[in-house]
Amino acid sequence: MTEKILMKGNEAIAISAIRNGVDGYFGYPITPQSEVMETLMKEKPWETTGMVVLQAESELSSINMVYGGACCGKKVMTSSSSPGISLMSEGISYLAGAELPCVIVDVMRGGPGLGTIQPSQSDYSQCVKGGGHGDYHCIVIAPASPQDMYDFVDWGFELAFKYRNPVIILADGIIGQLMEKVELHPSKPRRTDAEILAAAPWATVGKPAGKERNIITSLSLDAGTQEAFNRKLLAKFREIEANEVKYAGYLTEDAEYLLVAFGCASRICEAAVDMLREEGIMAGLLRPITLYPFPEKEISRLASRVRSMMSIELNLGQMVEDVRLAVNGKCPVGFYGRQGGNVFTPEEIMEEFKKFNNLK
Amino acid sequence: MKEEIIIAGFGGQGVLSMGKILAYSAIMQDLEVTWMPSYGPEMRGGTANVCVIVSDRKISSPIITRYDTAIILNQQSLDKFEGSIKAGGLLVYDPSGITRVPERKDITVCSIDAIDVAAEIGNAKVYNMAVLGAYLKMRPALKMENVVRGLEKSIPSRYADMIQKNREAIEKGMERVKILSEIR
Repeated sequence: MTEKILMKGNEAIAISAIRNGVDGYFGYPITPQSEVMETLMKEKPWETTGMVVLQAESELSSINMVYGGACCGKKVMTSSSSPGISLMSEGISYLAGAELPCVIVDVMRGGPGLGTIQPSQSDYSQCVKGGGHGDYHCIVIAPASPQDMYDFVDWGFELAFKYRNPVIILADGIIGQLMEKVELHPSKPRRTDAEILAAAPWATVGKPAGKERNIITSLSLDAGTQEAFNRKLLAKFREIEANEVKYAGYLTEDAEYLLVAFGCASRICEAAVDMLREEGIMAGLLRPITLYPFPEKEISRLASRVRSMMSIELNLGQMVEDVRLAVNGKCPVGFYGRQGGNVFTPEEIMEEFKKFNNLK
Repeated sequence: MKEEIIIAGFGGQGVLSMGKILAYSAIMQDLEVTWMPSYGPEMRGGTANVCVIVSDRKISSPIITRYDTAIILNQQSLDKFEGSIKAGGLLVYDPSGITRVPERKDITVCSIDAIDVAAEIGNAKVYNMAVLGAYLKMRPALKMENVVRGLEKSIPSRYADMIQKNREAIEKGMERVKILSEIR
């Protein structure tokens, strides 16, 4: 039987990293995710699995340490919150440009600027659309519970190595601070040197005799070479879009009205859907689990069947743009959001939903 | 079965750890739980509160605004949360920090002199467990054996002697709870 432990989402990230054979964590403290590094420091995995945990002098250092570790084919990660992710954005672009696998956790807080420390989902556009410069995507996965936080670390590394691409776990202050029961699956050891060579033949681990050296760079001065590389990235992104979309529907099949929400907002919307159903209103919920790739086909399919869709987010309206693109005019699309670290309640969502749909 | 609880008081009164022990006890009884603290730019001596939901089914929203039970340890929290208790719900409070008594007539109200219990046991840290005992007496959904297992999970093993003291405080809290008005 797997062990069930009460833990915060942030603690789940740390425990999962240790138990899933992560080689290195580099970070810099920031609320509301400081428990990630605090837990790692308390657990001292360098004495057990040999995992490196290092508090860097800044977010810039941490993301570039991730770059270095990733070049060696190691499973390396960092975590931060919104302003810290902005500081890391140059590094993330370089990681994407050098096709390096890694996992970056963003436990979002209110912005812009230093903003607040309370929960928010206002980094959707930053993480899903880019954040750094250049044509690239991070794979973005959105947990809605401490269990997801635990599970998504391993899933994140699987995706990162499969596609040689950075993966962002886009969480928020609620999921980071919330404690729930977490099932610890059997642990995985760290990869051996031979396993790293097999999983990451591109890694720079020293040039053996009789083998060409590996070069990892995001620089190409020749326009033709750069364009060829951009096309290669495009092919990779198309493959990701075809294979990795993940979502969860709640009462979508007989729904006349749909709510769309990710992360903590999806949990609050689920309660709102239950309350609406009790009143006889056929509401349903679609929760995108991967934000990039976005579940546009499923949204498009549901759009031809429902009367309306409403995107519910802790921001000014970011994911709603992707919902509108996927709906493509097939049904009206509404939005409701709260900002600044304020969190909507199920009652509030129900009221806004009725207003938008002219229901009593 | 679903019980939505708010525990509120000053930082340092053991509000968050009371919630954690309650949540762990529920896990030991194979129930679903969420534990969501108010977090913000909090400071020592400021107010602290945590929402705990215990249910025999999967819990959707961890964010709640109406409570089946409010466990209140200071006046600010009573002012803030008395109105949010559901009709027929439960209010447990420690009268030592209270200057204005609860006014609701449509809820069960009870008090616990938890400071006295802590003084008898000789350890101020068990204050919150006396309050928890009062709650557990009023809402006996959790078995004592699971509460003890919850304690064992929440308290580091190097403080093993504290498990016994906490258990004692819970039991005394159960004995000492005073029902001031009851809705059946």
